[in-house]
Amino acid sequence: MSTLKVLLTASAVTVVGAAGASAATLDDVKSKGFVQCGVSTGVPGFSFTDDAGNWQGFDPAVCQAVAAAVFGDSSKVKYTPTTGKTRFTALASGEVDVLARNTTWTLSRDTDLGFTFVGVNYYDGQGFMAPKALGVSSAKELDGASVCIQTGTTTELNLADFFRVSNMSYEPVPIETNEEARTNYLAGRCDVYTTDASGLAASRATFDNPADHVILPEIISKEPLGPLVRQGDDQWADIVRWSLNAMINAEEYGVTSENVDEMAKGTDNPDVNRLLGTEGDMGAMMGLDSKWGYNIIKQVGNYGEVFEQFIGSATPIGLERGINAQYKDGGILYAPPIR
Amino acid sequence: MAAIEQDSDRFSLGQLWFDKRYRAVVMQILVVAGVCLFVAYIAVNAVQNLEALGKTFGFNFLWAPSSYDINQSLIAYNSRDTHFRAGVVGLINTGLIAVGGCIFATILGFIFGVLRLSSNWLINRIVYCYIEFIRNVPVLVQILLWHGVIISTLPSPRQALTATEGIYLSNRGFYVPAPIVEDAFIVVVIAFFAAIAGVVAFRRWAKKHQEATGQIYPVLSISFAAIIGLPVIAFFLAGMPLTLDAPELRGFNFQGGMVLRPEFTALWFALSVYTSAFIAEIVRSGIQAVSHGQTEAAFALGIRPNWTMRLIVIPQALRVIVPPLTSQYLNLTKNSSLAIAIGYMDLVATLGGITLNQTGKEMECMMIVLLIYLSISLTISAFMNWYNRRIALVER
Repeated sequence: MSTLKVLLTASAVTVVGAAGASAATLDDVKSKGFVQCGVSTGVPGFSFTDDAGNWQGFDPAVCQAVAAAVFGDSSKVKYTPTTGKTRFTALASGEVDVLARNTTWTLSRDTDLGFTFVGVNYYDGQGFMAPKALGVSSAKELDGASVCIQTGTTTELNLADFFRVSNMSYEPVPIETNEEARTNYLAGRCDVYTTDASGLAASRATFDNPADHVILPEIISKEPLGPLVRQGDDQWADIVRWSLNAMINAEEYGVTSENVDEMAKGTDNPDVNRLLGTEGDMGAMMGLDSKWGYNIIKQVGNYGEVFEQFIGSATPIGLERGINAQYKDGGILYAPPIR
Repeated sequence: MAAIEQDSDRFSLGQLWFDKRYRAVVMQILVVAGVCLFVAYIAVNAVQNLEALGKTFGFNFLWAPSSYDINQSLIAYNSRDTHFRAGVVGLINTGLIAVGGCIFATILGFIFGVLRLSSNWLINRIVYCYIEFIRNVPVLVQILLWHGVIISTLPSPRQALTATEGIYLSNRGFYVPAPIVEDAFIVVVIAFFAAIAGVVAFRRWAKKHQEATGQIYPVLSISFAAIIGLPVIAFFLAGMPLTLDAPELRGFNFQGGMVLRPEFTALWFALSVYTSAFIAEIVRSGIQAVSHGQTEAAFALGIRPNWTMRLIVIPQALRVIVPPLTSQYLNLTKNSSLAIAIGYMDLVATLGGITLNQTGKEMECMMIVLLIYLSISLTISAFMNWYNRRIALVER
């Protein structure tokens, strides 16, 4: 029960707490031998358990990249499923080292809540999904509707603002997880389900008849989703940040898990050489070994590969790259150089 | 004499431990000091850890706009109101479910408790099975079950079941017309309170009259008639100052009227039914605790059976029933925090849930929620203790 969890973690802050104060998360992670990764309780494509019960998906891939960078082994990750409500307490109390869980980067979370967002791995926005049978074609027609909404999220706040500014009334139906939302929405407890557009697409893909549901054209917010860590440990934040950047840069430079062995022998491109550790000593600057970048790309893949594997157009989720394409391809994905 | 006095005046440190009188005091001081140290340690630890996390401690966040909406609110509330008000809305919702649940659970519990003692084998076995089944299924499962049944089996608003115009049952809730009072309605309220005052005076007079003459008036039925009848007469005399706002289907949902949402109904039923099974057993034990000799003695004195029940059995049974009944009320109130599982917006869902999450004030929110639950429980406890003293056997 999540309430219990909040209580327990709140008391953990009180009594043990020490983990929260950790200056060197890297040392802790190294000594325990794995990265503790907070993920969602399940969003198809983004984080789910495979047939063998292992967590997979677009979000866990970030944690796997961190594990590959730190240990040279992307499987050294343990996962903690968190709900929209328990995730921040889990990270603040030291229960997890990284939170990779479609979490929106906002000012108050970055400052007041005491976290550091290390980047964006998916640029998203909040949308609405409704059954086709309702005959709704725009979010502006939702006056008086019952709306399923995950509590403890930015979408909850956007929703309140959207309806207030549009001068419309609605009945919020608060739910905890994506799975609960699915149950309530399909049972007809609510007319509309609202969350990040990517999450809607992911949920719709798992319905019996996806074609019976329509995602409305309005996107009512900016939702830059990215991994985050506790504030105050810059080294650890850097490691997570550059693990993500390595994946994005690798795609830009054309390094894939297939050709990485070839490229690791040395290329004419110094950018690639620095990424893969054959030139310069980038790893040591972060307290890692020089093969960190190589291990990420070899074991997890570059950003584009991960995208296509879990949520891309060839998967049932079927998301287009859209603004999540590289800046060279008309998107806004732009990682700082490894130099 | 002098020597003895001198002896007891001479105080040695060892006496602190080996002298029985001092030891009792020393032990108490040590325990109190230990508790204080422990509390201080926790407080200091919390402050240090909050500092290490870069968090401040304070309650100013309560006055910032909450920015979220709540579907069930008995007071005016919108997303521009403060977190404090959102917390109050949640507290009222908790109170509503606690009071409604306690009343319904008590009624069900007394009915099943009496039926459990029925001499009819079939009834008594059916009730026995019911009680055992309900008591042994976790309450959370029952809440989820009721909620699932309501939202999955009832039709959508457009195909809502309807008894007459204005009463609709759908998976969005049970809609009934809302009464809208006009100014003249005040007459009815006055009549109601006047009736209560009259009844109190009448009862006092009837009691005195009975003690003096032995003549008995049907106090209970006259009281009921006055409390219900007088306001009704006033209502018609004032020209029926009440209009009904019937719900009607507009767009996605019914608009207007009053609604019992599926979340409230599910939680209310689940908590009441669950608690009623325990109350039934308490009632059964209470009635069985009154020895049969009491009934026989009453009959021997020629007292009528229903009076025997009202004046002899029930007052004695209540002495056994009330203390464990208090625990059940406390349990029900605390169990209402399971509301969060189905999205009923109680105190834990608003202040301890969304507010906590949006502001990141875990310590503060949890402290407030804990204190409020503690106060509610202590209040119920105090009330039930007062009631218990009132009905206790007065020994002369």
